[in-house]
Amino acid sequence: MSVSQTTFCAALLDPSAAVPDGLWDAAERPAGRRFSVYRNNVAVSLTEAMHQAFPVIARLLGTQNMDGLAGLFLRKHPPSSPLMMFYGEEFPEFLAGMEQLSHLGYLADVARLELALRRSYHSADSQAAPHDALAIPPEEIVLAKLEFAPSMKVLRSDWPLFSIWRFNSEEGAPKPAPGSEDVLITRPEFDPAPHLLPKGGADWIAHVQAGLTIGEAFEQTFAEFPEFDLGATLALLLQGGAITSVSIERLAT
Amino acid sequence: MLDSSLRSNRLPAAPGVGYKPQHYDQILDHAHPVGWLEIHAENYMGDGGRPLAQLRHLSEKFPISVHGVGLSIGGEGPLYTDHLARLKHLVGWLNPASFSEHLAWSTHDSHFLNDLLPLPYTDETLERICAHIDQVQETVGRQMLLENPSSYLAFEESTWSEPDFLREIARRTGCGLLLDVNNVFVSATNLDFSPQSYIDAYPLDNVHEIHLGGHDEDEDDHGRPLLIDSHGREVVDPVWTLLDYVLDRSGPKPVLIEWDTDVPDWSVLRAEADRAQAALDRIPA
Repeated sequence: MSVSQTTFCAALLDPSAAVPDGLWDAAERPAGRRFSVYRNNVAVSLTEAMHQAFPVIARLLGTQNMDGLAGLFLRKHPPSSPLMMFYGEEFPEFLAGMEQLSHLGYLADVARLELALRRSYHSADSQAAPHDALAIPPEEIVLAKLEFAPSMKVLRSDWPLFSIWRFNSEEGAPKPAPGSEDVLITRPEFDPAPHLLPKGGADWIAHVQAGLTIGEAFEQTFAEFPEFDLGATLALLLQGGAITSVSIERLAT
Repeated sequence: MLDSSLRSNRLPAAPGVGYKPQHYDQILDHAHPVGWLEIHAENYMGDGGRPLAQLRHLSEKFPISVHGVGLSIGGEGPLYTDHLARLKHLVGWLNPASFSEHLAWSTHDSHFLNDLLPLPYTDETLERICAHIDQVQETVGRQMLLENPSSYLAFEESTWSEPDFLREIARRTGCGLLLDVNNVFVSATNLDFSPQSYIDAYPLDNVHEIHLGGHDEDEDDHGRPLLIDSHGREVVDPVWTLLDYVLDRSGPKPVLIEWDTDVPDWSVLRAEADRAQAALDRIPA
């Protein structure tokens, strides 16, 4: 009796499945509980990985609920790669699809934020532009194009995402108030940190990433968000070491 | 079969420990830390950030062993070439003192199961594993070490003993062996054989590294002891005794303490490394 890895794998991920035939103890009796060691190893290690990956979700839901959700998730979405540092890519969509959690609509965005923090942590290193790179006349600033660090991430949310994250991560942080918040993640050296982006900031960054100058991006953003604060957005990016290059195509004279 | 010029294991015959980031400062501050460090390859396959920066720094001060846990050498399907490429990149960048993987499978049908799963020892699996090891050694460009597993059950279809199976793999591929003494003890208890007879049958000449770790105790359906390789506590006395039995026959080898769950303070891990040093000290060099 041979046991294929397809059979082994299916029985591993389905606790109600029978232990495959052809697996023995030393006295040639059916393996029984011995097979459960592998089942447990898989379930426990992946559940632990989910706790590590989504600590704020675990705090919002409680340990027991997180265990239960992780158990459902890992069977539906086993890792697709041995790089466990990126496990859980499908978790936001999974949370969004859970009817029992529909009253906690922000969970998926919180999970996206936690994924983005991990991606930022493992992103390639980069050299920040000098602090005075933008200490240039305003008429030149508007002509500048920027490049951002790979560790910089932007999340848009219809929920007060930054406040929710902070309330569940930092002691004494204020309770979230209703509203929508976009989040900027910067990684000055090795530790990614989320920041609240000014209204319109996510759009402005997207325009700059698409190749517009600071000024062009501002005009486009301003049309939709008249309150957009370019100075505050640039300050967040500069302080976080998220701007890696400033280039200015000077006007022909 | 491996080109003999690619045999380049340079770990010292001294104690090493599995590196955990929480010990980074103590390892660097300690006047006499350990002889070498081992890392899990997959934890260093990101693009940058603290893990790679720490590893770069540590590699300037310590011989590093790269220990893969995700290649799925025993998998029925082909090896995942993108993972193999990542391994090649890491080994090429780091130029570690040693590179090892497991006699196990972990990936099937594009699912990675995050555990070292068992294999039947048959002519068919032997062929497949040797082909995979050939591919790994050719791609990475150096000899790999293959580690014996902890077994909780046996396959009806197996026709080879584990020591013979490993000896034949090493003979055909030129790979070296990583002898996990705790795994031998765990498997011997679980499958009711003598760990000393296993060592007697094991090709100790091919061993370039030894692993030690802690295990948990459970029972099977019939009330028989079922040991589980957990890497979450001290190495037990009978495993230290078995280490002496191995070293008496093999001579000095690099000995690693593995502690992966409930990771203790550095002093506790360091005490285990000291005990390994004592075991090495009692044999003639």
